[in-house]
Amino acid sequence: MGMAADSEFHVLAVDDSIIDRKLIERLLKTSSYQVTTVDSGSKALEFLGLHEDLHDRIDQNTPSVSPNNHQEVEVNLVITDYCMPGMTGYDLLKKIKESSSLKNIPVVIMSSENVPSRISRCLEEGAEEFFLKPVRLSDLNKLRPHMLKTKSKDHCKEQVDEKTAFPSPKQEGKEESNNNKRKATEEGVSPERTRPRPRPRPNGITTMV
Amino acid sequence: MDLVQLQRQLVEYRTSLYHEGFLDEQYTQLQELQDENNPDFVVEVVSLFFEDSERLLNELTKALEQQSIDFKRVDAHVHQLKGSSSSIGAQRVQKVCIAFRNYCEEQNVEGCLKCLQQVRHEYSLVKTKLESMFQLEQQILSAGGSIPM
Repeated sequence: MGMAADSEFHVLAVDDSIIDRKLIERLLKTSSYQVTTVDSGSKALEFLGLHEDLHDRIDQNTPSVSPNNHQEVEVNLVITDYCMPGMTGYDLLKKIKESSSLKNIPVVIMSSENVPSRISRCLEEGAEEFFLKPVRLSDLNKLRPHMLKTKSKDHCKEQVDEKTAFPSPKQEGKEESNNNKRKATEEGVSPERTRPRPRPRPNGITTMV
Repeated sequence: MDLVQLQRQLVEYRTSLYHEGFLDEQYTQLQELQDENNPDFVVEVVSLFFEDSERLLNELTKALEQQSIDFKRVDAHVHQLKGSSSSIGAQRVQKVCIAFRNYCEEQNVEGCLKCLQQVRHEYSLVKTKLESMFQLEQQILSAGGSIPM
C-alpha cells in the first residue's frame, strides 16, 4: 500500500544555534519528517513530557511518550547537538536512556568536533548514530531504519523494508528494549542484525560500538 | 544589462567566491535545500548568520577588552562563530576561527586580538559578497528569469 510513511515520523531536533536549528529543520522536512525544534536539552525533556520530580510510570505498555501530562505527540527520534550550554547532548541522551518511558526513543548526536572518545562515549550510552556537522541530507537517510523499529503501528510493508534495509549497528542492551510490547512489528529484528558493523563515512568516521 | 548577461554574471561571481575560498561545498548544500516551497531558504539562513555573527563579534570585542580576560568565554563565542560559519559554508571565516581557538587555548592575548581583527575583516568581506550575490539574484528574478545553479 502506498503510504507516505515518513510523514508519520516526528523528529525532535535540539540545538542551541539558531542557524543549525533552521538547517536541521529544513533537512528533516526535505526528508518528509515532521519536525519540532527546541534550543536546549531541558526544553527537549519538557517536550518529551519528562519532569525531574515525577516518578516514572510502571506501565511500560503505554505507546505514547508522556508518563504524566498533556503530551500527546509521539516522538520517533531525537537528534541533538553535543555542545550546548547547560545540558549537553550527552546529558540529554543519558536522561532519555535512563527514563523507562523514553529509553526506546532513538537518539542521534551531532557535533562539529571529531573527537573519537566523544563519539564512542555517545554510542556506548545508546546513541544510534553520531553525525559530524555540517549534517548532510545523505546522513539523514540513516535515520529511517531506527525510527521504523520504534513505530507502534503494524505495517507489514515496513517489516519487509526493514529486513532488506541497511542493517544498523546496535548495542547489546538494545535487544532488551526490542522486547517492549509496544513494538509489535519487531519480529523482523533477528539477533544477527544486532551485531555492530562498522560503516565507513566519507570523512573516515565509522559508527561502531 | 539583459537577462542572459545577468545570469552569466551571477555564475561567474558565484564561481569566483568558491575559487577564492569565501564559500565552500556547504553553501551548495544550502542551495540544494531551497525549492519552490522554500524559495527564500538560503537568504533566511544567511540573514540569521549575519545577525548571529554580529552579536558574537560584539561579545568577543567586549570579552577581549576586559582587564582580566576570560579565555573560556572568548573560546565559547569563537566556537559558536566557527560552527555557524561552517554551517553556511563561509570557509574563510571558519578558518580564522580555528586559529582563534588555538590562541584562546594558549591564552595568548595578542594572538586573540589579531584573530578578532582578522575575523571581523573576513566576516565583512563575505557579508558584502553574499549581499552582492543576492542582489544579482533578485535582479534576475525581477527580470522574470530563474537562478542558474
